Amino acid sequence: MPLKSWKEIPIGGVIVTPGSAREYKTGTWRVMRPILHKEKCIDCMFCWLYCPDQAIVQENAVMKGFNYDYCKGCGLCAKVCPKQAIEMRPETEFVGEEG
Amino acid sequence: MQKVLEKVAITGAEAVAYAMKQIEPDVVAAYPITPQTPIVEYFAKYVADGVVKTEMIPVESEHSAMSALVGAAAAGARAMTATSANGLALMHEIVYIAASYRLPIVMPVVNRALSGPLNIHCDHSDAMAERDSGWIQLFAESNQEAYDLTILAVKLAEHEAVRLPVMVNLDGFILSHGVEPVELYPDELVKKFVGEPKPYYPLLDTDHPVTWGPIDLYDYYFEHKRQQAEAMENVKKVFPEIAKEFEETFGKRYNFVEEYRLDDADHVMIALGSTNSTIKYVVDELREEGYKVGALKIWMFRPFPKETLQRLLNGRKTVVVLDRALSFGAEAPLYEAVKSALYEVAARPLLGSYVYGLGGRDVKPEHIRKAFEDAIRGNLIADEQRYLGLRE
Repeated sequence: MPLKSWKEIPIGGVIVTPGSAREYKTGTWRVMRPILHKEKCIDCMFCWLYCPDQAIVQENAVMKGFNYDYCKGCGLCAKVCPKQAIEMRPETEFVGEEG
Repeated sequence: MQKVLEKVAITGAEAVAYAMKQIEPDVVAAYPITPQTPIVEYFAKYVADGVVKTEMIPVESEHSAMSALVGAAAAGARAMTATSANGLALMHEIVYIAASYRLPIVMPVVNRALSGPLNIHCDHSDAMAERDSGWIQLFAESNQEAYDLTILAVKLAEHEAVRLPVMVNLDGFILSHGVEPVELYPDELVKKFVGEPKPYYPLLDTDHPVTWGPIDLYDYYFEHKRQQAEAMENVKKVFPEIAKEFEETFGKRYNFVEEYRLDDADHVMIALGSTNSTIKYVVDELREEGYKVGALKIWMFRPFPKETLQRLLNGRKTVVVLDRALSFGAEAPLYEAVKSALYEVAARPLLGSYVYGLGGRDVKPEHIRKAFEDAIRGNLIADEQRYLGLRE
């Protein structure tokens, strides 16, 4: 979403477009990025259960990865994973790549 | 229709409450504190007697008062309160938010010294603690001005190029409890002047749902602050238009500043609030003695009318600034603003800073005369803060 100048936005921080929160990608806050090592994963769904941002992508109880649009990189998933299948890596390693 | 309904002898508090009655805001949320209390008492009586339809919220603190008004104003209501000193300090957090949300709340502030030590009498420390809060700050010299400026403030606050809250400052006890003749205007004229509020994206417009008060981080907070700076600049364009309309409606002239015997004055004294009456008295005395002195009263302190001061003070011999507040570790607030304004004028006057009247200490003509005499003798040092009426 291109950022607007002070002359182009409503005053007072009022948001005048309903439902626009979906355009706001909190994943840009992330400093550490979770990386899934699927060969170690047993699909226990602990990461899915604990993720505070519902950023674990699963299909039919199979762990598929992360929604980087909303993952803030808190690392809870890596912490609770019983198989150390999730590694936290600095975002600086991914500069220039698609999120 | 006649402009003035009647001339009555009333206190500043009653004059302000009468203005509020005529404005008849949708919501008033207030908590009593000396010396603002009579404003709330008078207004509560108007509500209890059914004279106004205002929804009055007797809150548990000033923080809640301003919070209730933020909600009311965001909903689209015309909202007012009044406070003093520590009440203002307690609501500080929400005072800043009200300006940041661009809510046109009008708040008479009955100026009183901030504790501590505990004091209930007049100085400007309460207002000065809020000078960077984003509110427009007007200062009244008399009860008439407190009445007038309260009415004028509504229109200024709500102007679409402004949309900022306004504090109408009146000196505690001196004005709030002192009786003066005040010309009151007919209700219809006041109601016509303030008009109907045109709220900005009101929450109660449920056909157009909006969000007020979302988090605003490094990507847009800065832009919103820039808008506030612009709105303050707009006040300088809008205020003269509103003052003109006020004069046409009610016959009283307002401006950023009032000039008193200023035309040929070599020595100019600047102050806020009721002390200007004493200054004018001394100016008259000194004029009779042949001294070319004058006074410049600041009606609007925020935004600070820098350009007006540059125009009026360039080339004067001396300028003396009286402050009823300290800024510990820096120059007194009004002096600092005047000094800063004069940095780039072609012919800078000699400047002097005098702090007076803290905690209600009486300021007498001889104090004013002393400061004028320093100026006339050229005995001013721009970097020296002096005190009037203090035991050395």
